[in-house]
Amino acid sequence: MSNTFTVKDMNLWYGDFHALKDVSLDIPGGQITALIGPSGCGKSTFLRSLNRMNDLVQGCRITGDIRLCGEDIYGGMDVNLLRKRVGMVFQKPNPFPMSVYDNIAYGPRTHGIRKRAQLDEIVERSLRDAAIWDEVKDRLNRSALGLSGGQQQRLCIARALAAQPEVILMDEPTSALDPISTGRIEDLALDLKNDYTIVMVTHNMQQAARISDRTVFFLLGEVIESGETEQIFSLPKDSRTEAYVTGRFG
Amino acid sequence: MTRKYYDEQLDALHAELINMGQMISGAIGKAVAALLSRDTASAREVIAYDEEVDRQERAVETMCYKLLLSQQPVAGDLRRVSSALKIITDMERIGDHAADISELTLMLDALPRMSNAHLREMAAQTTEMLLHSLEAYVEQDMDKAHAVIAQDDAVDALFVAVKRDLVEAIRVDPQAGEAAADLLMAAKYFERIGDHATNIAEWAIFAHTGHHAQA
Repeated sequence: MSNTFTVKDMNLWYGDFHALKDVSLDIPGGQITALIGPSGCGKSTFLRSLNRMNDLVQGCRITGDIRLCGEDIYGGMDVNLLRKRVGMVFQKPNPFPMSVYDNIAYGPRTHGIRKRAQLDEIVERSLRDAAIWDEVKDRLNRSALGLSGGQQQRLCIARALAAQPEVILMDEPTSALDPISTGRIEDLALDLKNDYTIVMVTHNMQQAARISDRTVFFLLGEVIESGETEQIFSLPKDSRTEAYVTGRFG
Repeated sequence: MTRKYYDEQLDALHAELINMGQMISGAIGKAVAALLSRDTASAREVIAYDEEVDRQERAVETMCYKLLLSQQPVAGDLRRVSSALKIITDMERIGDHAADISELTLMLDALPRMSNAHLREMAAQTTEMLLHSLEAYVEQDMDKAHAVIAQDDAVDALFVAVKRDLVEAIRVDPQAGEAAADLLMAAKYFERIGDHATNIAEWAIFAHTGHHAQA
Protein backbone atom coordinates (compact mmCIF):
# COMPACT_ATOMS: atom_id res chain seq x y z
CA MET A 1 0.00 0.00 0.00
CA SER A 2 1.60 3.28 -1.11
CA ASN A 3 1.56 6.26 1.20
CA THR A 4 -0.86 9.09 0.51
CA PHE A 5 0.90 11.40 2.94
CA THR A 6 4.53 11.30 3.94
CA VAL A 7 5.40 13.65 6.80
CA LYS A 8 9.00 14.21 7.82
CA ASP A 9 10.42 16.22 10.73
CA MET A 10 7.37 18.45 10.90
CA ASN A 11 7.25 21.16 13.55
CA LEU A 12 4.46 23.67 14.08
CA TRP A 13 4.32 26.74 16.28
CA TYR A 14 1.39 28.98 17.21
CA GLY A 15 3.43 32.06 18.05
CA ASP A 16 5.80 30.86 20.77
CA PHE A 17 3.84 27.71 21.48
CA HIS A 18 5.48 24.64 19.99
CA ALA A 19 2.35 22.62 19.12
CA LEU A 20 3.84 19.81 17.01
CA LYS A 21 7.34 18.47 17.59
CA ASP A 22 9.39 16.50 15.06
CA VAL A 23 6.44 14.60 13.66
CA SER A 24 7.37 11.99 11.08
CA LEU A 25 4.57 9.82 9.86
CA ASP A 26 3.37 7.88 6.83
CA ILE A 27 -0.35 7.75 6.08
CA PRO A 28 -1.13 4.87 3.75
CA GLY A 29 -3.70 5.18 0.97
CA GLY A 30 -7.02 3.36 0.98
CA GLN A 31 -7.05 3.03 4.76
CA ILE A 32 -8.58 4.76 7.74
CA THR A 33 -5.98 6.31 10.02
CA ALA A 34 -7.22 7.38 13.45
CA LEU A 35 -5.49 10.16 15.35
CA ILE A 36 -5.97 9.85 19.10
CA GLY A 37 -4.68 11.66 22.17
CA PRO A 38 -5.83 13.89 25.00
CA SER A 39 -7.23 17.36 24.33
CA GLY A 40 -4.50 19.77 23.31
CA CYS A 41 -2.09 17.05 22.18
CA GLY A 42 -1.88 18.39 18.63
CA LYS A 43 -3.90 15.81 16.74
CA SER A 44 -6.40 18.29 15.25
CA THR A 45 -3.57 20.71 14.49
CA PHE A 46 -1.83 17.91 12.63
CA LEU A 47 -5.03 17.02 10.75
CA ARG A 48 -5.56 20.64 9.71
CA SER A 49 -1.97 20.84 8.48
CA LEU A 50 -2.72 18.16 5.91
CA ASN A 51 -4.83 20.54 3.84
CA ARG A 52 -3.20 23.73 5.08
CA MET A 53 -6.15 24.89 7.16
CA ASN A 54 -3.60 26.26 9.61
CA ASP A 55 -2.55 28.81 7.00
CA LEU A 56 -5.57 30.76 8.20
CA VAL A 57 -4.30 30.90 11.77
CA GLN A 58 -2.33 34.01 12.54
CA GLY A 59 1.13 33.34 13.97
CA CYS A 60 1.20 29.74 12.77
CA ARG A 61 4.59 28.62 11.48
CA ILE A 62 5.40 25.22 10.04
CA THR A 63 8.74 23.59 9.21
CA GLY A 64 9.51 20.18 7.79
CA ASP A 65 8.13 18.26 4.89
CA ILE A 66 4.55 17.16 4.16
CA ARG A 67 4.06 15.39 0.87
CA LEU A 68 0.80 14.35 -0.78
CA CYS A 69 1.55 11.51 -3.19
CA GLY A 70 5.12 12.82 -3.38
CA GLU A 71 4.22 16.51 -3.89
CA ASP A 72 5.34 19.03 -1.26
CA ILE A 73 2.07 20.65 -0.14
CA TYR A 74 3.86 23.64 1.39
CA GLY A 75 6.18 24.03 -1.60
CA GLY A 76 4.15 26.18 -3.94
CA MET A 77 1.14 23.88 -4.38
CA ASP A 78 -2.08 25.77 -5.14
CA VAL A 79 -4.02 25.75 -1.84
CA ASN A 80 -7.41 25.57 -3.56
CA LEU A 81 -6.26 22.59 -5.56
CA LEU A 82 -4.87 20.99 -2.38
CA ARG A 83 -8.21 21.45 -0.61
CA LYS A 84 -10.00 19.96 -3.61
CA ARG A 85 -7.78 16.90 -3.31
CA VAL A 86 -7.98 16.81 0.49
CA GLY A 87 -11.52 17.39 1.75
CA MET A 88 -12.53 18.05 5.32
CA VAL A 89 -15.47 17.12 7.53
CA PHE A 90 -15.79 18.91 10.85
CA GLN A 91 -16.99 17.95 14.29
CA LYS A 92 -20.22 19.91 14.05
CA PRO A 93 -22.18 19.44 10.84
CA ASN A 94 -21.99 22.73 8.98
CA PRO A 95 -24.33 22.66 5.98
CA PHE A 96 -24.59 25.92 4.10
CA PRO A 97 -27.92 27.75 4.58
CA MET A 98 -29.15 26.70 1.17
CA SER A 99 -30.87 23.72 -0.42
CA VAL A 100 -29.56 20.17 -0.20
CA TYR A 101 -28.83 20.31 -3.94
CA ASP A 102 -26.94 23.59 -3.75
CA ASN A 103 -24.86 22.41 -0.79
CA ILE A 104 -23.44 19.65 -2.98
CA ALA A 105 -23.27 21.66 -6.20
CA TYR A 106 -21.53 24.59 -4.49
CA GLY A 107 -18.00 23.19 -4.81
CA PRO A 108 -18.28 21.93 -8.40
CA ARG A 109 -19.79 25.30 -9.42
CA THR A 110 -16.84 27.17 -7.91
CA HIS A 111 -14.61 24.90 -9.96
CA GLY A 112 -16.42 26.01 -13.10
CA ILE A 113 -18.98 23.30 -13.69
CA ARG A 114 -22.18 24.96 -14.93
CA LYS A 115 -24.05 22.35 -16.95
CA ARG A 116 -27.17 21.24 -15.10
CA ALA A 117 -26.95 17.63 -16.24
CA GLN A 118 -23.36 17.35 -15.05
CA LEU A 119 -24.23 18.95 -11.70
CA ASP A 120 -27.23 16.62 -11.33
CA GLU A 121 -24.96 13.66 -11.89
CA ILE A 122 -22.39 14.90 -9.32
CA VAL A 123 -25.11 15.66 -6.74
CA GLU A 124 -26.73 12.25 -7.06
CA ARG A 125 -23.43 10.34 -7.07
CA SER A 126 -22.11 12.25 -4.05
CA LEU A 127 -25.31 11.78 -2.06
CA ARG A 128 -25.40 8.08 -2.97
CA ASP A 129 -21.77 7.62 -1.98
CA ALA A 130 -22.48 9.32 1.33
CA ALA A 131 -25.40 6.92 1.92
CA ILE A 132 -28.00 9.68 2.19
CA TRP A 133 -29.55 9.78 -1.31
CA ASP A 134 -32.62 7.74 -0.41
CA GLU A 135 -33.38 10.08 2.50
CA VAL A 136 -33.09 13.36 0.58
CA LYS A 137 -33.86 12.57 -3.07
CA ASP A 138 -37.39 13.92 -2.70
CA ARG A 139 -36.34 17.09 -0.91
CA LEU A 140 -33.29 18.20 -2.87
CA ASN A 141 -34.61 21.75 -3.18
CA ARG A 142 -35.47 22.18 0.47
CA SER A 143 -33.12 23.70 3.02
CA ALA A 144 -30.35 21.45 4.30
CA LEU A 145 -30.85 23.00 7.73
CA GLY A 146 -34.04 20.97 8.09
CA LEU A 147 -32.13 17.69 8.12
CA SER A 148 -31.28 15.83 11.33
CA GLY A 149 -27.76 16.13 12.78
CA GLY A 150 -26.72 12.74 11.40
CA GLN A 151 -28.17 13.57 7.97
CA GLN A 152 -26.43 16.94 7.99
CA GLN A 153 -23.09 15.25 8.72
CA ARG A 154 -23.57 12.80 5.85
CA LEU A 155 -24.55 15.76 3.67
CA CYS A 156 -21.24 17.41 4.62
CA ILE A 157 -19.43 14.19 3.68
CA ALA A 158 -21.32 14.21 0.37
CA ARG A 159 -20.26 17.82 -0.12
CA ALA A 160 -16.64 16.81 0.42
CA LEU A 161 -17.04 13.90 -2.02
CA ALA A 162 -18.48 16.19 -4.70
CA ALA A 163 -15.02 17.68 -5.20
CA GLN A 164 -13.77 14.16 -6.00
CA PRO A 165 -11.00 14.31 -3.42
CA GLU A 166 -8.28 11.74 -2.81
CA VAL A 167 -8.34 12.20 0.94
CA ILE A 168 -11.08 12.96 3.46
CA LEU A 169 -10.03 14.47 6.78
CA MET A 170 -12.55 14.03 9.57
CA ASP A 171 -12.26 15.98 12.81
CA GLU A 172 -14.35 14.12 15.42
CA PRO A 173 -17.10 13.60 12.84
CA THR A 174 -19.50 11.78 15.17
CA SER A 175 -18.97 13.48 18.52
CA ALA A 176 -22.18 15.49 18.12
CA LEU A 177 -24.25 12.55 16.87
CA ASP A 178 -26.46 9.91 18.48
CA PRO A 179 -25.40 6.22 18.38
CA ILE A 180 -27.50 5.36 15.29
CA SER A 181 -26.11 8.29 13.29
CA THR A 182 -22.63 7.47 14.57
CA GLY A 183 -23.03 3.90 13.33
CA ARG A 184 -24.09 5.16 9.90
CA ILE A 185 -21.08 7.47 9.64
CA GLU A 186 -18.76 4.66 10.73
CA ASP A 187 -20.23 2.28 8.14
CA LEU A 188 -19.91 5.04 5.56
CA ALA A 189 -16.24 5.58 6.43
CA LEU A 190 -15.61 1.85 6.01
CA ASP A 191 -17.33 1.93 2.58
CA LEU A 192 -15.46 5.05 1.51
CA LYS A 193 -12.00 3.79 2.36
CA ASN A 194 -12.11 1.60 -0.74
CA ASP A 195 -11.89 4.75 -2.83
CA TYR A 196 -10.47 7.38 -0.50
CA THR A 197 -7.81 7.76 2.15
CA ILE A 198 -9.42 8.75 5.43
CA VAL A 199 -7.71 10.45 8.35
CA MET A 200 -9.93 10.82 11.41
CA VAL A 201 -9.45 12.54 14.74
CA THR A 202 -11.51 10.82 17.41
CA HIS A 203 -11.85 10.87 21.17
CA ASN A 204 -13.84 7.65 21.03
CA MET A 205 -11.41 4.79 21.62
CA GLN A 206 -13.97 2.16 20.64
CA GLN A 207 -14.59 4.01 17.39
CA ALA A 208 -10.87 4.06 16.60
CA ALA A 209 -10.64 0.36 17.45
CA ARG A 210 -13.77 -0.47 15.38
CA ILE A 211 -13.07 1.24 12.11
CA SER A 212 -9.48 2.36 11.71
CA ASP A 213 -6.68 0.36 10.14
CA ARG A 214 -3.94 2.38 11.73
CA THR A 215 -3.84 4.49 14.87
CA VAL A 216 -1.50 7.32 15.80
CA PHE A 217 -1.21 8.40 19.44
CA PHE A 218 -0.25 12.04 20.06
CA LEU A 219 0.82 13.45 23.40
CA LEU A 220 2.05 16.99 24.09
CA GLY A 221 2.67 17.59 20.39
CA GLU A 222 4.65 14.42 19.80
CA VAL A 223 3.78 11.17 18.10
CA ILE A 224 4.31 8.66 20.88
CA GLU A 225 3.32 5.60 18.91
CA SER A 226 1.77 4.69 15.58
CA GLY A 227 0.94 1.30 14.21
CA GLU A 228 -1.78 -1.09 13.21
CA THR A 229 -4.90 -0.39 15.24
CA GLU A 230 -5.14 -3.96 16.48
CA GLN A 231 -1.63 -3.71 17.90
CA ILE A 232 -2.21 -0.30 19.49
CA PHE A 233 -5.34 -1.53 21.28
CA SER A 234 -4.10 -4.99 22.21
CA LEU A 235 -0.39 -4.66 22.81
CA PRO A 236 0.81 -1.04 22.75
CA LYS A 237 4.58 -0.70 22.88
CA ASP A 238 4.70 2.49 24.95
CA SER A 239 3.37 2.57 28.51
CA ARG A 240 1.91 6.05 27.85
CA THR A 241 -0.17 4.63 24.98
CA GLU A 242 -1.40 1.84 27.25
CA ALA A 243 -2.31 4.32 29.98
CA TYR A 244 -4.21 6.50 27.49
CA VAL A 245 -6.16 3.79 25.64
CA THR A 246 -7.17 2.14 28.92
CA GLY A 247 -8.48 5.48 30.13
CA ARG A 248 -5.99 6.00 32.94
CA PHE A 249 -5.11 9.50 31.88
CA GLY A 250 -6.23 12.14 29.43
CA MET B 1 -4.71 6.62 37.82
CA THR B 2 -8.05 8.21 37.04
CA ARG B 3 -10.27 5.14 36.90
CA LYS B 4 -10.93 4.43 40.56
CA TYR B 5 -14.09 2.33 40.17
CA TYR B 6 -12.69 0.44 37.18
CA ASP B 7 -9.56 -0.48 39.14
CA GLU B 8 -11.70 -1.47 42.10
CA GLN B 9 -13.67 -3.80 39.83
CA LEU B 10 -10.44 -5.37 38.56
CA ASP B 11 -9.19 -5.77 42.16
CA ALA B 12 -12.47 -7.44 43.13
CA LEU B 13 -12.11 -9.84 40.18
CA HIS B 14 -8.62 -10.78 41.35
CA ALA B 15 -9.87 -11.33 44.91
CA GLU B 16 -12.63 -13.67 43.70
CA LEU B 17 -10.17 -15.63 41.54
CA ILE B 18 -7.92 -16.16 44.57
CA ASN B 19 -10.98 -17.12 46.60
CA MET B 20 -11.94 -19.71 43.97
CA GLY B 21 -8.36 -21.03 44.00
CA GLN B 22 -8.46 -21.47 47.77
CA MET B 23 -11.82 -23.24 47.55
CA ILE B 24 -10.37 -25.67 45.03
CA SER B 25 -7.07 -26.24 46.83
CA GLY B 26 -9.07 -27.06 49.96
CA ALA B 27 -11.12 -29.55 47.94
CA ILE B 28 -7.98 -31.18 46.53
CA GLY B 29 -6.47 -31.54 50.03
CA LYS B 30 -9.66 -33.03 51.40
CA ALA B 31 -10.03 -35.35 48.39
CA VAL B 32 -6.56 -36.86 48.76
CA ALA B 33 -6.95 -37.24 52.53
CA ALA B 34 -10.28 -38.99 52.01
CA LEU B 35 -8.79 -41.21 49.32
CA LEU B 36 -5.87 -42.40 51.43
CA SER B 37 -7.87 -42.85 54.62
CA ARG B 38 -10.92 -44.29 52.82
CA ASP B 39 -13.07 -41.63 54.45
CA THR B 40 -16.23 -41.88 52.37
CA ALA B 41 -18.04 -39.17 54.35
CA SER B 42 -15.36 -36.62 53.46
CA ALA B 43 -15.34 -37.86 49.87
CA ARG B 44 -19.08 -37.19 49.63
CA GLU B 45 -18.53 -33.68 51.00
CA VAL B 46 -15.94 -32.98 48.29
CA ILE B 47 -18.36 -34.22 45.61
CA ALA B 48 -21.15 -31.99 46.96
CA TYR B 49 -18.75 -29.03 47.27
CA ASP B 50 -18.15 -29.10 43.50
CA GLU B 51 -21.47 -27.30 43.12
CA GLU B 52 -20.08 -24.44 45.24
CA VAL B 53 -17.06 -24.31 42.95
CA ASP B 54 -19.32 -24.19 39.89
CA ARG B 55 -21.31 -21.34 41.49
CA GLN B 56 -18.10 -19.44 42.11
CA GLU B 57 -17.07 -19.97 38.49
CA ARG B 58 -20.35 -18.43 37.34
CA ALA B 59 -19.93 -15.54 39.78
CA VAL B 60 -16.44 -14.74 38.44
CA GLU B 61 -17.68 -15.18 34.87
CA THR B 62 -20.46 -12.65 35.56
CA MET B 63 -17.90 -10.19 36.96
CA CYS B 64 -15.88 -10.55 33.74
CA TYR B 65 -18.91 -9.96 31.52
CA LYS B 66 -19.90 -6.89 33.55
CA LEU B 67 -16.38 -5.51 33.17
CA LEU B 68 -16.44 -6.14 29.42
CA LEU B 69 -19.86 -4.52 29.12
CA SER B 70 -19.37 -1.53 31.36
CA GLN B 71 -15.69 -0.70 30.91
CA GLN B 72 -14.96 -2.02 27.41
CA PRO B 73 -11.37 -2.81 28.40
CA VAL B 74 -8.55 -2.67 25.89
CA ALA B 75 -4.85 -3.56 25.84
CA GLY B 76 -3.56 -4.97 29.17
CA ASP B 77 -6.97 -4.67 30.84
CA LEU B 78 -8.63 -6.66 28.05
CA ARG B 79 -5.98 -9.37 28.36
CA ARG B 80 -6.53 -9.56 32.12
CA VAL B 81 -10.29 -9.97 31.80
CA SER B 82 -10.16 -12.39 28.86
CA SER B 83 -7.46 -14.43 30.62
CA ALA B 84 -9.61 -14.55 33.78
CA LEU B 85 -12.40 -16.10 31.68
CA LYS B 86 -9.98 -18.78 30.46
CA ILE B 87 -8.49 -19.32 33.95
CA ILE B 88 -11.84 -20.04 35.60
CA THR B 89 -12.49 -22.76 33.02
CA ASP B 90 -9.23 -24.46 34.02
CA MET B 91 -10.07 -23.98 37.69
CA GLU B 92 -13.54 -25.45 37.24
CA ARG B 93 -11.95 -28.52 35.63
CA ILE B 94 -9.57 -28.84 38.58
CA GLY B 95 -12.60 -28.76 40.88
CA ASP B 96 -14.18 -31.52 38.78
CA HIS B 97 -11.04 -33.63 39.19
CA ALA B 98 -11.17 -33.24 43.00
CA ALA B 99 -14.72 -34.59 42.80
CA ASP B 100 -13.61 -37.36 40.39
CA ILE B 101 -10.94 -38.45 42.88
CA SER B 102 -13.58 -38.56 45.59
CA GLU B 103 -15.83 -40.71 43.37
CA LEU B 104 -12.94 -43.19 43.23
CA THR B 105 -12.72 -43.13 47.04
CA LEU B 106 -16.33 -44.31 47.20
CA MET B 107 -15.48 -47.25 44.94
CA LEU B 108 -12.29 -48.32 46.73
CA ASP B 109 -13.04 -51.08 49.20
CA ALA B 110 -9.42 -51.92 49.99
CA LEU B 111 -6.16 -50.14 49.43
CA PRO B 112 -3.22 -52.16 48.16
CA ARG B 113 -0.31 -52.50 50.52
CA MET B 114 1.91 -49.82 49.16
CA SER B 115 3.50 -46.53 50.02
CA ASN B 116 1.25 -43.52 49.23
CA ALA B 117 4.03 -41.00 49.60
CA HIS B 118 4.24 -40.26 45.89
CA LEU B 119 0.49 -39.75 45.58
CA ARG B 120 0.50 -37.40 48.59
CA GLU B 121 3.38 -35.54 47.00
CA MET B 122 1.42 -35.20 43.73
CA ALA B 123 -1.46 -33.66 45.68
CA ALA B 124 0.86 -31.27 47.51
CA GLN B 125 2.70 -30.22 44.35
CA THR B 126 -0.40 -29.68 42.23
CA THR B 127 -2.08 -27.68 45.00
CA GLU B 128 1.01 -25.49 45.20
CA MET B 129 1.03 -25.12 41.41
CA LEU B 130 -2.61 -24.00 41.42
CA LEU B 131 -2.09 -21.37 44.11
CA HIS B 132 1.18 -20.13 42.64
CA SER B 133 -0.29 -19.86 39.15
CA LEU B 134 -3.10 -17.66 40.50
CA GLU B 135 -0.64 -15.54 42.46
CA ALA B 136 1.43 -15.19 39.27
CA TYR B 137 -1.68 -13.85 37.50
CA VAL B 138 -2.75 -11.46 40.23
CA GLU B 139 0.75 -10.23 41.14
CA GLN B 140 1.91 -10.28 37.49
CA ASP B 141 4.90 -12.29 38.70
CA MET B 142 6.41 -13.89 35.61
CA ASP B 143 9.12 -15.75 37.55
CA LYS B 144 6.42 -17.48 39.54
CA ALA B 145 4.49 -18.33 36.36
CA HIS B 146 7.56 -19.88 34.73
CA ALA B 147 8.31 -21.80 37.95
CA VAL B 148 4.80 -23.33 37.84
CA ILE B 149 5.31 -24.40 34.23
CA ALA B 150 8.65 -26.01 35.18
CA GLN B 151 7.06 -27.71 38.20
CA ASP B 152 4.74 -29.65 35.90
CA ASP B 153 7.71 -31.84 34.91
CA ALA B 154 8.10 -32.85 38.57
CA VAL B 155 4.43 -33.79 38.74
CA ASP B 156 4.75 -35.85 35.56
CA ALA B 157 7.73 -37.64 37.12
CA LEU B 158 5.67 -38.32 40.24
CA PHE B 159 2.96 -39.88 38.09
CA VAL B 160 5.55 -42.29 36.71
CA ALA B 161 6.71 -43.02 40.28
CA VAL B 162 3.14 -43.75 41.43
CA LYS B 163 2.66 -46.07 38.48
CA ARG B 164 5.85 -47.90 39.43
CA ASP B 165 4.65 -48.17 43.07
CA LEU B 166 1.36 -49.67 41.92
CA VAL B 167 2.97 -52.19 39.57
CA GLU B 168 5.14 -53.31 42.49
CA ALA B 169 2.07 -53.52 44.78
CA ILE B 170 0.32 -55.78 42.26
CA ARG B 171 3.43 -57.94 41.94
CA VAL B 172 3.48 -58.43 45.72
CA ASP B 173 -0.28 -58.93 46.02
CA PRO B 174 -2.15 -59.77 42.81
CA GLN B 175 -5.44 -59.18 44.70
CA ALA B 176 -4.58 -55.47 44.84
CA GLY B 177 -5.09 -55.08 41.10
CA GLU B 178 -8.51 -53.37 41.12
CA ALA B 179 -7.61 -50.90 43.86
CA ALA B 180 -4.30 -50.18 42.15
CA ALA B 181 -6.13 -49.40 38.91
CA ASP B 182 -8.35 -46.93 40.80
CA LEU B 183 -5.33 -45.31 42.42
CA LEU B 184 -3.64 -45.00 39.04
CA MET B 185 -6.73 -43.12 37.82
CA ALA B 186 -6.48 -40.83 40.84
CA ALA B 187 -2.83 -40.20 39.99
CA LYS B 188 -3.88 -39.38 36.42
CA TYR B 189 -6.39 -36.84 37.75
CA PHE B 190 -3.57 -35.17 39.74
CA GLU B 191 -1.42 -35.16 36.64
CA ARG B 192 -4.28 -33.40 34.79
CA ILE B 193 -4.63 -30.90 37.67
CA GLY B 194 -0.95 -30.08 37.10
CA ASP B 195 -1.69 -29.51 33.41
CA HIS B 196 -4.57 -27.13 34.22
CA ALA B 197 -2.38 -25.20 36.70
CA THR B 198 0.22 -24.94 33.92
CA ASN B 199 -2.48 -23.51 31.63
CA ILE B 200 -3.32 -20.91 34.28
CA ALA B 201 0.36 -19.94 34.53
CA GLU B 202 0.45 -19.57 30.73
CA TRP B 203 -2.61 -17.29 30.86
CA ALA B 204 -0.85 -15.26 33.56
CA ILE B 205 2.04 -14.78 31.14
CA PHE B 206 -0.29 -13.83 28.29
CA ALA B 207 -2.22 -11.36 30.47
CA HIS B 208 0.99 -9.61 31.44
CA THR B 209 3.04 -9.76 28.25
CA GLY B 210 0.51 -10.21 25.44
CA HIS B 211 2.49 -13.21 24.24
CA HIS B 212 1.65 -16.86 24.68
CA ALA B 213 4.22 -18.93 26.57
CA GLN B 214 6.31 -21.21 24.39
CA ALA B 215 4.83 -24.69 24.37
